[in-house]
Amino acid sequence: MQLSAEAIETPKTAQTAVRDIYLPPERKKISGGGVPHLSAKNFSIYYGEFEAVKKVNADILSKYVTAIIGPSGCGKSTFLRSINRMNDLITSCHTTGALLFDGEDVYGKFTDEVLLRKKIGMVFQKPNPFPKSIFDNIAYGPRLHGVKDRKTLDGIVETSLRKAALWDEVCDRLDKNALGLSGGQQQRLCVARTLAVEPEILLLDEPTSALDPKATAKIEDLIQELRGSYTIMIVTHNMQQASRVSDFTMFFYEGVLVEHAPTAQLFTKPKDRMTEDYITGRFS
Amino acid sequence: MNLGTRKLLDRSFTALGVGSIVIMGMMLLVVLMPILSNGITANVFRGTIEHRKLLYNEFRRGDHAELQRQIAESDAARRKAYAMMAAFEAEMKLMSEEKHAGYQEKYDQVKSAMKALLGPVPGEELPELTRFKYGQTRWSKAEERLHELLYEKQWDYSNPDVEAKEYDVSRAASFQGTSLVKLFPYVESNIDRMLLPEWTVYWGFITDSSIDSHMFGGIWPEIQGTIFLAVGAMLFAFPLGVIAAVYFTEYAREGFFNSLLRSANSTLAGVPSIVFGLFGLAFFINTLKVSESKSVLAGSLTLAIMILPTIIRSAEEAILSVPKTYREASLSLGSSKWNTIVTVILPAALPGILTGGVISLGRAAGETAPIIFTAAVSVGSAIGLADVFSSPTPALSWNIYNLASEHEAASEIRHVQYGMVLALVTIVLMLNLSAIILRARISKKLKG
Repeated sequence: MQLSAEAIETPKTAQTAVRDIYLPPERKKISGGGVPHLSAKNFSIYYGEFEAVKKVNADILSKYVTAIIGPSGCGKSTFLRSINRMNDLITSCHTTGALLFDGEDVYGKFTDEVLLRKKIGMVFQKPNPFPKSIFDNIAYGPRLHGVKDRKTLDGIVETSLRKAALWDEVCDRLDKNALGLSGGQQQRLCVARTLAVEPEILLLDEPTSALDPKATAKIEDLIQELRGSYTIMIVTHNMQQASRVSDFTMFFYEGVLVEHAPTAQLFTKPKDRMTEDYITGRFS
Repeated sequence: MNLGTRKLLDRSFTALGVGSIVIMGMMLLVVLMPILSNGITANVFRGTIEHRKLLYNEFRRGDHAELQRQIAESDAARRKAYAMMAAFEAEMKLMSEEKHAGYQEKYDQVKSAMKALLGPVPGEELPELTRFKYGQTRWSKAEERLHELLYEKQWDYSNPDVEAKEYDVSRAASFQGTSLVKLFPYVESNIDRMLLPEWTVYWGFITDSSIDSHMFGGIWPEIQGTIFLAVGAMLFAFPLGVIAAVYFTEYAREGFFNSLLRSANSTLAGVPSIVFGLFGLAFFINTLKVSESKSVLAGSLTLAIMILPTIIRSAEEAILSVPKTYREASLSLGSSKWNTIVTVILPAALPGILTGGVISLGRAAGETAPIIFTAAVSVGSAIGLADVFSSPTPALSWNIYNLASEHEAASEIRHVQYGMVLALVTIVLMLNLSAIILRARISKKLKG
């Protein structure tokens, strides 16, 4: 059975790991959101012979924030990176099952991974701005996709930086090298750079693990700002962060999706014993 | 290990390191100082009136009126010497046959020594070769010639057990009692007025063509040939090398074929350069017939093959050292692989690629063996840009060897050899220096 927006209010038993979905009152329901944006069907990822992610079945609902937690090596980053096919860089990596993005198989024969990555943007663990000016960093994607007009570019750069809450800090030095920014600013720049190509899904791979608490708070605020405009998936080691920013949480253990539920439910009434052990810190 | 021992060890290692660097620096000085001090003499020396005559006659350089005045001055001093010689020739005619024959040989020696010192005797037919048309152009050489005029070299064979020793015999003594005896003290005391030496800075050594196979003039054809060959080699090797490096790092799949290519590349880097030279002759000239015989084109191609492995290696290293995160960032924004390489990876790898390129350029400029059979000639004029496809060229590296070992008057033109060495060392050092500066500037731009 497919998940839908109604599922958020009326808990139903589902084949997927998502059961009894509800949102706490302080988390507003997003209108127009809540349809499955990504669907994994018996989706497995292998590194050579090794099965890193095992037969995942899950629906990621559009415009909501989904957090992925789990101990190191559980396959959460592998799963995230497989969504926009960044794992293609690893030659031994291959998949079975299906991962549907808007009903189309991400790993289908005729899928254009370049177009796919335009629609599914990604921000990485370590801030990775290009060694270019701030402006050129943001404009890199739009230029790539054919925007040449300087005025249009100016507009895109400004809106992207505003969306990433960085505009006020850098508006007077857009021509300066991006590597001169602080770590937190660099990471927000990377978010802005991704937003500039107008993706539908935003994948965040431990975006705050290299940042200090203040910068982390800013990134978390930013995720709250973007919630409702983009489907966001965030891999994190920090369970407080997951509970703070996300609507849904997926818990992976040794490649298996153990539990997938609304965040408030997963952290207060986990269905699975393993989830409970993990979130209470009995193992990690 | 206690603290004291540890500190002692640290200090001794530091001392060892500093010591070895100092020794290396001193060795470099020992090599470079003679090159510098001797090479400079090709540009800056005490030039005689003969040098100025030569410059005016061959290149129309210098102040004509001033030159005429100086020629008149030196001729006035010389005329007396020539008059003494003429007087002795008249005296010889009056001598008995036997006495005449005795003096003739010795007088011929004096006469040729005078010619070597001051140039052809006025009134005689001008010789063909430029080297005999002028006297000594450099004061240091003139002093040696003066010594040869004043003293005759004799060998002491008195002790058969040891090697014969040479000793000087005054020529004046052998002409005792004749009118010629006055010539020697006269020339010795008036040599300044005959040759009018003055300190000369001859930049033409760099910009002039050589005259009479490097006896006079400069080394511009060699410098230009070196630049043509090195730049030509880069034109072929740099794009090819970078493309090959991109293939190796970005496109090649690990496998038998790829590792074969890699080891072939490493092997190629270790092949002696003379082998490349013979290969260039056999392949580019005899098989492909890129030119009828030696040409700049063939030499450039040969040098390109020689430096290609180095360029591939350094470009590969540079590309591999670009952080993986740049690649990820670009790809995640929906960039194609090719676009990522061109817009992100190559710009970030540029400092390393350029450094490798410029160092290879220096190597191409300095190599001798690959161009012996493919491009270099010992003497020639500077060629035009249009002639690079068909004409050979002189080049510094080859001409240094040639002048030092095969030139018929190698010992006469030591200053030219040193000047060429200095020019080559300067070119290579300047290339390396520009590589360092370029690298620093681009890195600074990349780091912001």
